[in-house]
Amino acid sequence: MKGIPFSYTLRNLWTRKLTTVLTAGGMALVVFVFAAVQMLDTGLRQALIATGQPDNIHVTRRAAGAEISSSVDRTQAGIVETQPEIAIGPGGVRLVSKEVVVLITLPKRDTGTATNVTTRGVGEAAFELRPQLQIVEGRAFRPGSSEVIVGASIAQRFEGAAVGSLLRFGGREWRVVGRFEAKGSAYDSELWVDAEQLQQSFRRNAWSAVVARLADPATLPALKERLESDPRLTLDVKYEREFFEEQSKALSNFISYLGLTLSVIFSVGAMIGATITMYAAVANRTGEIGTLRALGFRRSSILTTFLLEAVLLGAVGGVAGVLLASLMQFVHISTLNWQSFSELAFSFALTPRIVVLSLGFAVLMGLIGGFLPAVRASRMGIVDALRAT
Amino acid sequence: MHLLKLILRNTLRHKLRTLLTILGLLVAILSFGLLQTVVDAWYSGAKAAAPDRLITRNSVSLVVPLPVHYRDKIRGVDGVRSVATANWFAGIYQEPKNFFPQFAIDALPYLAMYPEYRIPEDQLRDFMRDRKGAVVGRKLANTYGFKVGDVVPLKGTIFAGNWEFVVRAIYDGAAPTTDTSQFFFHWAYLNESVRARAPQRANHVGVFVVQVSDVARAAEISKAVDAQFGNSAAETLTETEQAFQIGFVKQTEAIVVAIRIVSFVVIFIILAVMANTMAMTARERMSEYATLKALGFGPGFLGSLIFGESLAIAAIGAALGVALTFPVSDWFAAQMGTLFPVFEVSASTLWSQAACAAVVGVAAAVLPALRAARVRIVDGLRAAG
Repeated sequence: MKGIPFSYTLRNLWTRKLTTVLTAGGMALVVFVFAAVQMLDTGLRQALIATGQPDNIHVTRRAAGAEISSSVDRTQAGIVETQPEIAIGPGGVRLVSKEVVVLITLPKRDTGTATNVTTRGVGEAAFELRPQLQIVEGRAFRPGSSEVIVGASIAQRFEGAAVGSLLRFGGREWRVVGRFEAKGSAYDSELWVDAEQLQQSFRRNAWSAVVARLADPATLPALKERLESDPRLTLDVKYEREFFEEQSKALSNFISYLGLTLSVIFSVGAMIGATITMYAAVANRTGEIGTLRALGFRRSSILTTFLLEAVLLGAVGGVAGVLLASLMQFVHISTLNWQSFSELAFSFALTPRIVVLSLGFAVLMGLIGGFLPAVRASRMGIVDALRAT
Repeated sequence: MHLLKLILRNTLRHKLRTLLTILGLLVAILSFGLLQTVVDAWYSGAKAAAPDRLITRNSVSLVVPLPVHYRDKIRGVDGVRSVATANWFAGIYQEPKNFFPQFAIDALPYLAMYPEYRIPEDQLRDFMRDRKGAVVGRKLANTYGFKVGDVVPLKGTIFAGNWEFVVRAIYDGAAPTTDTSQFFFHWAYLNESVRARAPQRANHVGVFVVQVSDVARAAEISKAVDAQFGNSAAETLTETEQAFQIGFVKQTEAIVVAIRIVSFVVIFIILAVMANTMAMTARERMSEYATLKALGFGPGFLGSLIFGESLAIAAIGAALGVALTFPVSDWFAAQMGTLFPVFEVSASTLWSQAACAAVVGVAAAVLPALRAARVRIVDGLRAAG
């Protein structure tokens, strides 16, 4: 005998609409939280991965961890600059940018909250080194002047950061002459100025970091080995991408741990909902089950039917949850990155992997929730079941 | 009386279903309580702030230091009782994940301003005598097993190099909400070492903690302090300790908001589960309700039966959830170590847990009760599960 037709399962869900909607709704909310958290974590990673170029290296003081606590003095920077692995750009200049990073406090436009903003003083090669950065309004700052260009996210969120306005920090006024976009990377949350000017106004005589392009990215291990064992230098040499990934580690871990814990706890609630629904479905249909068995359907067919019903409930919830979560792609979030101690804007990013995982999670919840009731249904004796109503 | 008995009997008719619903409620109320406590922990620094303490920092941002000689000028401002320096050290103990706050302080005035840190007198004396001495909080000491006399090595991030400190004192908090996860040592020791390694960075401090003699004049004194340094190389920004702490929280506000939203999502999830249970129960008993109506009981009676059952289940679930919040949050706090310096379940959390359970209990019963009240006797008697 063949299995019980699929339409039987579908119609069962359809007749008990309120219950189906409530159960699937609970699951949809769990899937929403599950998906949203993963989207947030992915968005954060994407922002920081987009920040680093694969063939750039990033040099900071050993164990400094973040750019703001690092200092590389002029002698050390000079040694790094003259390494043979570093690429030569057009015009024969070495592709090296010696940068100063300071934090300044700016008020946010909507709440007025004073927020730490990364201000990066860069050398002339900086734009060559970050091809993802495009000036979309105004122009670049002129070297040697008190001019500043602002990242897209800063221009949008902060008071007085529009092109043409004046910002005051480091004991002088800086004119905003341009706005740039950097493909959603961390640079979108930064201000850029001329490195020498920033150094002077903050009375620094060291750099925070040295960024350089390698002619061949595979030469990094040798270069790293040589620089890190040089007794004149106390530096950490990393791929730029690796450096920025580490910058988000704490925040990313926090988001994913919190999200995972919540998803697991919440799914317990949703699974209980599914179990209750399925137990009731089994109890209401005792007579039906008896009839089906009497008609010759096997125990395994009954088990499959009820499991299928539970899985379908989960799937409906999963689809609704993912649809709800996909709306979150329009939301941008900005928060303090603990490691760099400055503002970082990023968005929720939906990837196929998250969709698959979320749907899988929903189906799994349905399956687990429906398992015990389905087993009960399949174990019923024909005679008892028929007599029940 | 009969009504109560009926409600109780009804609740126990589907033992498994009731049990599962209570279990679901328990999980939801428990996680709601924990999330609220996490949010509270976020604000704990601001709550612990004393109104008579001001923080003076560089107006550019917190990470830009101030020259130490500002101390004398600040002390000269009318209404200032005492001034202490503090430097954020950000050392790593063994591994970066072992985070706890470390401050290089001007020990005598600083500790005098924070009477909530209780240090035994003899230990305080030992600390003052030892140049490399450190004071650690009770919670921190318990987390890493620090005892008086232990040497604690820290790897500097802002101040490069390997540093060693000797634990000379352990402080207790005056209240359970006092932060006892901090690590203090002498600013003089830090400054000496910095002078030897990077002379241009010496004689600088992160912030000044300023104690005022009259709380009512805090705003005026803040302005007076900042006026001292207007148009200098390092302008200052002075605010109350509370405003300073809230400034931190505000910058991570997005996370707090997300946690708040999520904590309400869990209530909606359980509302769906609970409403489903009540809907099924009412549907199954529709013929009973019709019988009751035929016997002359009004819709009000049926309503109170359904509401009563829903509220009874919600109350049991909530009571268990609230009771479990305490041990679970203790366990959670122990797992998190010093990440959350203060992790206390507040009275308002308990009230909101109870309120949420009540709302869920009432909301879940609304539709079934309406249905039962409206059903015509004939239709109800005909209804089959």
